Amino acid sequence: MKGALKHVIVAGGGVAGMEAAGALAEMGYRVTLVEKGEDPGGHLLQWHALFPDRRPADEVRNYLRKRINHHNINVITRTTVDRVKHHPGGLTVNLSGGSEEKADAVIVATGFDLFDARRKEEYGYGIYDNVITSAELEGMFNRGHIARADGKVPDRIGLIHCVGSRDEKVNNNHCSKVCCVTAVKQAIEIRKMLPSCEVFCFYMDMRMYGPYYEELYRESQEVHNVNFIRGKVSEASVNINNRLVIKVEDTLAGRPLRMELDIMVLMVGMEMAAAGSKLAEASGFGRGINRFLETGDHHYGNNLSGVKGVFFAGTCTAPMNITDTVSHARAAVAETVRYLKG
Amino acid sequence: MMSEGRANKFGFAISRSRLIDYDATDRKVREYVTLREPSFRLCFACGGCTATCTAGQHTSFNLRRMNTYIRRGEIEPLREEVTRCMLCGKCLLVCPRGVNTRNVVAVAAEAIRKLGRNEL
Repeated sequence: MKGALKHVIVAGGGVAGMEAAGALAEMGYRVTLVEKGEDPGGHLLQWHALFPDRRPADEVRNYLRKRINHHNINVITRTTVDRVKHHPGGLTVNLSGGSEEKADAVIVATGFDLFDARRKEEYGYGIYDNVITSAELEGMFNRGHIARADGKVPDRIGLIHCVGSRDEKVNNNHCSKVCCVTAVKQAIEIRKMLPSCEVFCFYMDMRMYGPYYEELYRESQEVHNVNFIRGKVSEASVNINNRLVIKVEDTLAGRPLRMELDIMVLMVGMEMAAAGSKLAEASGFGRGINRFLETGDHHYGNNLSGVKGVFFAGTCTAPMNITDTVSHARAAVAETVRYLKG
Repeated sequence: MMSEGRANKFGFAISRSRLIDYDATDRKVREYVTLREPSFRLCFACGGCTATCTAGQHTSFNLRRMNTYIRRGEIEPLREEVTRCMLCGKCLLVCPRGVNTRNVVAVAAEAIRKLGRNEL
């Protein structure tokens, strides 16, 4: 009986891949979930709490772990899907390490890579000790301890929006969507852990696009005294007191502003994942001008790949939050099932 | 604009309207700049140029604000503004929209000169 089940390979074990695998297994399909890391979970593994309600990331991780704990799902880790090819009998899927699998359908859920902050050299990431990324700040939240590199408690922290997003200089004109609200969330968490530490967000536009995001922004001002300065930071340096000094224009005051910081947090954006790029190139998937995977139709075919039997799910198509990723993965499952039954 | 000294002691004075009267302003300079440096249109007013500007550390020069003057057709403040830039080009290095900022200033200055000669 089990041999008769249709087989779907899901490339990528992040939020989208886990949700898609779970939904397919539940509907009676045999699923192979291929994850490049040690464990499924994707970027969510690094996160401490989630916007907009600051719920523990563990709650969503646990939901997804339960989702893929199903007898129809086989999880393969430390492996990538390198190539997918359609032929009349189905799909041939090449995995890293040289093995080849047959599948009736494939869901590509290769996700995103965080922008490598070293590419914005003027911000000094990898040069100055107290310049960190938003993901590293989550690590500090996980350890329950926010400190400068020399161990001192910070008096002032700046969060720099749009690092690697909306920036032609690093070839990313797109907006990563989630960094604004992440900054607001992290600003609140810093203020709660260190009530004497001032927090400043440096933004170009506050893009509070999702439900309860604007409310969180309001709360950050009303309850937590988070400060917002409208301007793009142009550069950072270190002074004789080993504090960071940033240059920015306070565009609302219309004057240049300099400020000392103990820690500068770079809100790194989303880029098409390297593993996904490799797979796309080998399999002939289209790419958008933002380098994410191009879908059949932006409005009503947003999971279609252009290759028969292959569907896209999650942030391999564009930056999105967890809510939208889960919905997108479920939509990819609906398209896959329609194809398999058709 | 009335200077402090000329304002009467009751605190009332006749001053020019603070309104940007968009239909009364002159956007010839904007047309001139946009035609010769189309990347001018891409500015989203982040202020990165002003933050890094050498002239702006010591004078009131503000490239982001200057762009807005050009867009709105506010010629008066523009006349002096275009003379303050030293064309060092640091702003070019930071602009996230890839605006050829230095050329915007050069072309705007040219437009102001032509305006003075009734050549615009």
